[in-house]
Amino acid sequence: MGTQTMVIIAAVVVVLLLILYFIALYNGLVRKRNTVRNSWSQIDVQLKRRYDLIPNLVEVCKGYMKHEREVLENVIKARTQAINVTGGAAEHAKAENYLTQTLRSLFAVAENYPNLKANENMLALQEELTSTENRISYARQHYNDNVLSLNNKIEIFPSNVVANMFGFNKEEFFELEETAERLAPKVSFT
Amino acid sequence: MTFEEQITHNKRASLLLIFIFVLLVTFLGFLFGYAISGTPEGGFFGIIAASFLAIIFSTIVFWAGKDMIMGVSGAHKVDRRFNAQLSNIVEEMAIAGGTPVPEIYVIEDSAPNAFATGRNPQRSAIAVTTGLLDKLNRDELTGVIGHEMSHIRNYDIRYMLLIGILVGVVALMCDFVLRYSWRGGFALGRGRGRGAGSLQLVLLLLALVLAILAPLFAIILQFAVSRRREYLADAASVELTRNPEGLARALEKIANDREPLEAANRATQHLYIINPIKGLRQYERSSIFDTHPPIRERVRRLRSM
Repeated sequence: MGTQTMVIIAAVVVVLLLILYFIALYNGLVRKRNTVRNSWSQIDVQLKRRYDLIPNLVEVCKGYMKHEREVLENVIKARTQAINVTGGAAEHAKAENYLTQTLRSLFAVAENYPNLKANENMLALQEELTSTENRISYARQHYNDNVLSLNNKIEIFPSNVVANMFGFNKEEFFELEETAERLAPKVSFT
Repeated sequence: MTFEEQITHNKRASLLLIFIFVLLVTFLGFLFGYAISGTPEGGFFGIIAASFLAIIFSTIVFWAGKDMIMGVSGAHKVDRRFNAQLSNIVEEMAIAGGTPVPEIYVIEDSAPNAFATGRNPQRSAIAVTTGLLDKLNRDELTGVIGHEMSHIRNYDIRYMLLIGILVGVVALMCDFVLRYSWRGGFALGRGRGRGAGSLQLVLLLLALVLAILAPLFAIILQFAVSRRREYLADAASVELTRNPEGLARALEKIANDREPLEAANRATQHLYIINPIKGLRQYERSSIFDTHPPIRERVRRLRSM
């Protein structure tokens, strides 16, 4: 085999390897983008879980808190509002935080009813609600982690070359915009 | 260091250790093969033999399932009816990490401890003691579960199995060489191979010395990797919970608990979050033979995040 043939073969191999590498970069970007989309919809799954729990909570409380109608009604109203929100992440966040606040009021008032506090259903519900709030929080956190990972890949060389070629766009973080919303941190109802 | 920095640092350090390990095995394979046959070709054959051993070991070890470990530890499987909070915490950590939910097992023992097992996240399980459930609050329990799930997420169980295999290969090779030398089978020392003289003798001596010392060195390496992966699991737990204090307090509580965990033994000690048979001494001291880093240092790193 002449030197020329060997050089040509080497060049072909190098080009092939480069192509494979770029394919790997592209596939990596696709996977990260899909992960971001999936984790966004997972947030909704956890939000729905909260919506489903609330009617139970209101039912259990009603029996004990006969004179606290307003507090209970606020919770129900907030829930309906949150379910019916249209619009972007900011709108959703506002409605969700309002719902959290009404729940907190409810639990604050429930402190005055020792029989209610000792009720087994109530205790179980408290744990479930704490868990749900955590799950929503973790789902958002996971979404943000995935967005960070995708955005890094889109900006860092050499994957940014592939990203630009195929039109991968950076995603937005899930952020709480106003200070008031930021003041509703992890909730603990126990 | 932030938890991100600690995660990167720990991953790199353990990769380096693995690299050293593989180098060790390759070098030993070559050296022993050369010493026995007296030729460099024999050296390469030694490397192939070492790789072959590793593959056989891997195949055998990977067939052992998680049921064996759970049986040995006296753990029984539970579902959400046993403890809703435990099931919730495990699911919360699965959401935070984007991983499947592992099976949950419980060990009836008042000593607080936990471990994780499973070669990949799809087939994994976590075991906790009833003592852990009784003595930790929700945040602390979340920290511990986060640590265990990070072991699963980072494939630590598989990682440590591979290390164990490498240690076994080293031990076997060294054992073989020592027996072989006892029967005087080295071609190298007899000038049968190419090039006689003092270089040959030095290599022969080196082979013998290493055959004695390498298994010890391999075990020290194994413990070093184990400690590194524990630090990694701590940092990765914070990545999930964003709450280092929970795990820090949990570690302190578990370390200060004086009860011995009855179901644990030497074979399973490395799996637990805190070594269950080393006792209180492990708060401060560290030795190269410890599977876990000293707790004071773990807590310090957590609180510096």
